Amino acid sequence: MGRYKRHVNLKGFGQAAQEKLAVGKVLIVGLGGLGVPVAQYLNAMGVGSLGLVDGDQIELNNLQRQVLYSELDVGQLKVKVAKAKLSAQNSETDIAVYEMFLSVENALDIIAAYDVVVDATDNFATRYLINDACMLLDKPFVYGALHAFEGQVSVFNYLNGPSYRCLYPKAPSVREIPNCNDNGILGVLPGIVGNLQALEVVKVLCGIGEVLTGKLLIYDGWSQRSRQIYFKRNPIYAKISKLSENYGFNGCESVSTIAPEIFAQLQGNVQLIDVRNADEFNTGHRLPNAISIPLTELKQNSKALDVAQEVYLICQTGKRSKMACQLLKQWYPNIKATSVEGGMDEMMRLCP
Amino acid sequence: MTILLFGVTKDIVGSPSLSIPSASVTNRKIPKSVRELRAFLGKSYPELNQLSSLAIAVNNTYAGDDVEINSYDEIALIPPVSGG
Repeated sequence: MGRYKRHVNLKGFGQAAQEKLAVGKVLIVGLGGLGVPVAQYLNAMGVGSLGLVDGDQIELNNLQRQVLYSELDVGQLKVKVAKAKLSAQNSETDIAVYEMFLSVENALDIIAAYDVVVDATDNFATRYLINDACMLLDKPFVYGALHAFEGQVSVFNYLNGPSYRCLYPKAPSVREIPNCNDNGILGVLPGIVGNLQALEVVKVLCGIGEVLTGKLLIYDGWSQRSRQIYFKRNPIYAKISKLSENYGFNGCESVSTIAPEIFAQLQGNVQLIDVRNADEFNTGHRLPNAISIPLTELKQNSKALDVAQEVYLICQTGKRSKMACQLLKQWYPNIKATSVEGGMDEMMRLCP
Repeated sequence: MTILLFGVTKDIVGSPSLSIPSASVTNRKIPKSVRELRAFLGKSYPELNQLSSLAIAVNNTYAGDDVEINSYDEIALIPPVSGG
């Protein structure tokens, strides 16, 4: 094991821990900003098997933080590119790829084969799904998440420790999902938080160090301060007998969309709902026949739309309108709802 | 009483911390429990009421609504975050 000489020589790690890494099986859910550094380091360090779950393709705007991918990879599936690059980095790792998003249908089957799960997702729905699946299968999972310059890290369900629901019992509602302009991320932040997650995975696999269980680490990159919050297992949230049927919107289910160029031809003759906030609608640009129903008020005001007619939804960038589509489909399974890709930003570019 | 703000609560309040004067400088009742603190903050910042899952820590320990608080406690508001 000359390759891992610096591990083997490390006091507190050594040959025994290296051998534990070599038989370790780690599932990484999400190959974005957090998942990339987790995968790169665990692969370099000699973890035996890695599973990569992601149904997304690489976009140009991913490159400022997802440093495994390069310009030529744009448009390709993340897991395919990741597998090729990780295999070149370490040919000894057994890498399995799942070209899909984790779902209620596949979660238990996929997770069952691994020792530790890394939650490197970017949405609450998948996070609660991972939590519940790991509780059912009795697997620890290493959580990481970001907001602006802040990160959170913890290890849940480790040796009967607390779970994500002990901190946050209920999944946040749509009202709490920040709008498109709010969720910026500084490129290096997921690198830091992902590396903290990778470190916890190594500790869990090798049984070394102090695992971050029962503690939530909050890292603030703005002030370079971190803080640990202590919390306990709440037995109420340990009693899970099966997965929920629906974890709500996860931001990646397929939604019917229309290209802005094509929508521009139809516009004027269709039912169009603008789901941006009232102030965005009133003070910014808007399309002449659009009806304003902010996303947060969609449920109360859904009577204002004719569900028998096809409905088009628009927002600033196309993100909230996608959520609106999914919500409408939950409430009215037969509705024909279509989101305008790229939202007002694209419409303005086409017809300034 | 110092209240440290994290995640979206920092954005809602517009600063990284808040302080509630311990003496009754204002006419408002000083919150004595986590539950009262939630109501107190919700009045000043209604957007906080929209957060269905907002964890509150008292002196770095997760605190349920019944936990009592004092003027010398350090409180932290820790909403769930989702970015990745």
